[in-house]
Amino acid sequence: MSTITPTPTPVPTRTRGLVEIHNVHKSYGGLEVLAGIDLTVQPGEVVAILGPSGSGKSTLLRAINHLESVDRGSVTVDGQLIGYERRGEKLYELREKEILKRRIQIGIVFQNFNLFPHLTAVENIIEAPVATGLLQKDAARELALKLLERVGLSDKADHYPRQLSGGQQQRVAIARALALSPKVLLFDEPTSALDPELVGEVLDVIRDLARSGTTLIIVTHEIGFAREVADRIVFVDSGRILEVGPPEKVLINPEHPRTQEFLAKVLA
Amino acid sequence: MTTTADDRIRTDVPPLSDDPRDGATAGGNDRIDLGSFPVVHTRHWFRWTLGAIVLFLIAQFLWSVITNPNYEWDVFAHYFFAEPVLIGIGYTLSLTAISAVIGFTLGTVIALGRLSKSPLLSAASWSYIWFFRSVPLVVQIIVWYNLGYLYPTLGLGTPFTTDFWIVEFPTVNLISAFAAAILGLGLHQAAYSAEIIRGGLLSVDQGQSEAAAALGIPARKRLFRIILPQAMRSIIPNATNEVIGLVKGASVVFVIAIPEVFYAVQVIYNRNSRVIPLLLVAVVWYTLITTILSVGQYYIERYYSRGSVRVLPPTPFQRFRRWVSVQWARLGDSPAPPPLPEPAAIDQASFSGSRNDAKFSGGAGA
Repeated sequence: MSTITPTPTPVPTRTRGLVEIHNVHKSYGGLEVLAGIDLTVQPGEVVAILGPSGSGKSTLLRAINHLESVDRGSVTVDGQLIGYERRGEKLYELREKEILKRRIQIGIVFQNFNLFPHLTAVENIIEAPVATGLLQKDAARELALKLLERVGLSDKADHYPRQLSGGQQQRVAIARALALSPKVLLFDEPTSALDPELVGEVLDVIRDLARSGTTLIIVTHEIGFAREVADRIVFVDSGRILEVGPPEKVLINPEHPRTQEFLAKVLA
Repeated sequence: MTTTADDRIRTDVPPLSDDPRDGATAGGNDRIDLGSFPVVHTRHWFRWTLGAIVLFLIAQFLWSVITNPNYEWDVFAHYFFAEPVLIGIGYTLSLTAISAVIGFTLGTVIALGRLSKSPLLSAASWSYIWFFRSVPLVVQIIVWYNLGYLYPTLGLGTPFTTDFWIVEFPTVNLISAFAAAILGLGLHQAAYSAEIIRGGLLSVDQGQSEAAAALGIPARKRLFRIILPQAMRSIIPNATNEVIGLVKGASVVFVIAIPEVFYAVQVIYNRNSRVIPLLLVAVVWYTLITTILSVGQYYIERYYSRGSVRVLPPTPFQRFRRWVSVQWARLGDSPAPPPLPEPAAIDQASFSGSRNDAKFSGGAGA
């Protein structure tokens, strides 16, 4: 039996997965990694974040699901603050239990997959829905098998991660994130750890998701892929958003000199 | 230069180079087909000599064990299953089991304390480990046994007073010799276990905990279902060491006259002066217990290595069965049974997770 507690005011479906990032700041020691980020991602939109190494794009992604706490500013999904609660004029950091509850609306896929090596593919997918009380074990298993089929790995259900190729591991990781039916999916350089010939199979799965109406925020170095699937491209450098716009504009006629410089290097 | 086998072979082929081994690289039209030559493996003369010496020493020792009457094997046999010895084994095993459970449970709590973000908890855990690793086990056991000198009564009452109005016991009644031994061994063990468990937890990649947190898995399940099972791979060998250490460490409790196995044999040989055969009784019992624990360790390690090797290597028992069936097949002229799975190394090469080279698909902006 599924035990999702109904929210008092159900979110209308057309606003599912609206991400609003407002004035987010984050520093490590003296280094400002995020220097005031403002970004709104519409429900069902696919946004690709580009930028040089160390520009803060991964930190931004991790701040969205509160794996990284922020020093100032807020992130909301469908109007709900992630990681904090507003009382009066202050934001109070939530207790971990509350954070976890809100975080499962936002799935994340890591560069290094981070599959649990001691669990099989299907066990990796079942773990979270069962541990969070979202699904019973049988229902979770059924869902897991369906998801594995969706990413083209039905025959690998009982394989351990080490028995899979990098591309297959990343597809399992995507299925694992999908098992919580997130409103928003974050991808942190999902193909950067893969051998070149395995990149395609992972991109195919993401392309498929892009059509399904889930909000996707993708940090990537695959410019060609970003151009193809993204509705908007966000260019980040030194913790700031320098340019936002449709791929045709940002990738072909970038306004900002840093964007031009970056693209010139990447596409050389 | 004397005529060697190589020279004789070379008489019927054209000379290619000074060294007959260069045949393949010498080129030319008259290439020798090296593929048809039998291969003679390197002879390891030094290894064989050492092996022979070791074999001789073992044989010499076994011969002395059998023929030297001072071992008094009859006395050994007489006391091996003697009642005080068996009771002693019972004490040794129960002391080990109880203090191992206390040690590893408390050790886990202290390990988590040391990893805690609270500086107070972390410092308290560090201090515990520091203190109990500093005090010799024997001293600790004697202190627990004599705690009555420090605190004549123990109880519950008003804090910071000795006004026990809820319950009050004389310490001597509360802490028996056995309880003192358990306290000493358990608390001592906890300090060492804590460090082993902490080491194990730290050996698990940070990404695992992060991925579990990102999936909304609650902290307790993150620890017990994701992190600990992976940490067990490095915890188990050290933990088995500790348990085996406890079996033998339990022999120090003879100082407070608990009749564990070492105390039992001492009592007997103090009476009949058969020191060596009775010590051998204890040695063989300890060896037996260690053997059982080592076999247990092998299978527990195997269980926790699920997923870290591609195919689990066969167990010694499986290897033995395979060997028997191969020999059987040879006798009966039937085809050999299928080979066992090769023990696969932990495959780092294909686990390319650590690679960080970003790839750019060019031509996108073209």
